[in-house]
Amino acid sequence: MFVLVVGGGKVGVNVTRKLLGTGHEVVLVEQDRQRYPRLEEELEHRAVLGDGTEMFVLEQAGIRRPPDVLAAVTGDDEDNLVICQLAREAYDVPKVVARVNDPRNQQHFDLLGISPTVSATSMVMALIQHEVPEHELVHLLELRKENLEIVEVEIGDGAMAAGKRIEQLRLPASARLISVMRNGRAEIAVGATELQPGDQVLAILEPGGEDELRRLLLREKAR
Amino acid sequence: MKALVVGCGRVGSAVAKILVEHGWDVSVIDETEEALSRLGDAWPGEFHLGHGMDTAVLEEAGVEDADAVLIATAGDNTNIVVAQVAKERYGVPAVAVRILDPARAEFYAGRGFHVVSPTRTAIESLASWATDGRPAAS
Repeated sequence: MFVLVVGGGKVGVNVTRKLLGTGHEVVLVEQDRQRYPRLEEELEHRAVLGDGTEMFVLEQAGIRRPPDVLAAVTGDDEDNLVICQLAREAYDVPKVVARVNDPRNQQHFDLLGISPTVSATSMVMALIQHEVPEHELVHLLELRKENLEIVEVEIGDGAMAAGKRIEQLRLPASARLISVMRNGRAEIAVGATELQPGDQVLAILEPGGEDELRRLLLREKAR
Repeated sequence: MKALVVGCGRVGSAVAKILVEHGWDVSVIDETEEALSRLGDAWPGEFHLGHGMDTAVLEEAGVEDADAVLIATAGDNTNIVVAQVAKERYGVPAVAVRILDPARAEFYAGRGFHVVSPTRTAIESLASWATDGRPAAS
């Protein structure tokens, strides 16, 4: 496989090393003159000096072949976005991967159809939320291509859903429960599974269905 | 008419002032507070501190009911992203953007926003000055 990596920071360099180590062909583009000599020493002709948002630099790096995958992993989201647009639309690169540095910029990548994206901040946040027991909907994974997401919900003590079988919940067509984790053991969720307080439930749903799911699983019984 | 100007450097500030002279309501966004001084002592319009890619700042500055958005920050790629966000997300009827790199200017032309490429203009103007025979005449 031929992979073009744009951005020679920690992410870009380590991705390049990993790919080379597994026998792939890689070219790395880095624009910082201070950083470049060390990269060139390690990667030799596989390191290209230049601004990866300049089309002639991408062409020097071999984008016309085109690569099987382009990874835009610079520290600037606007650069990563433009690199991916150029790769896909000007050079027919079949697959692009973009790093999102500021999670607030995720919406721009979504708007312009750049996917998949990777955001260290968002992933750390999701993991922290996963560890904090609170009765909210936690986003675990987004399956952008499928337009689905996987979320986790903990059934509260006073939740209306507690004591009900899943088939009694009237889940919307756009959502399914996957599994129920109780006392450290996970079981596949079926219609007859009875929900209990403290259960951690994984659900898969279409974006936009969160409110309905929240209402069904988290709403407290009237006191 | 309401205009939003993103980027208040030499170009953005001058454009903002001209639009005000033409009776437009103008709102300006820039990352630095110093940029406000480029607009003069009696700037009658709005000034919002922040980055053009920050949708909270764009909305605060009135992108949703702007008749036109004009973008000229120092970063080509920021300009390209903001132009697409203004057009695609907010449906601003008229968007104009400065892109210095002629290659990207050409690539992003014809996408429903007006691309201004001063570098391309400079290239054409310098080259035609020479090829039209002006050096020989002087």
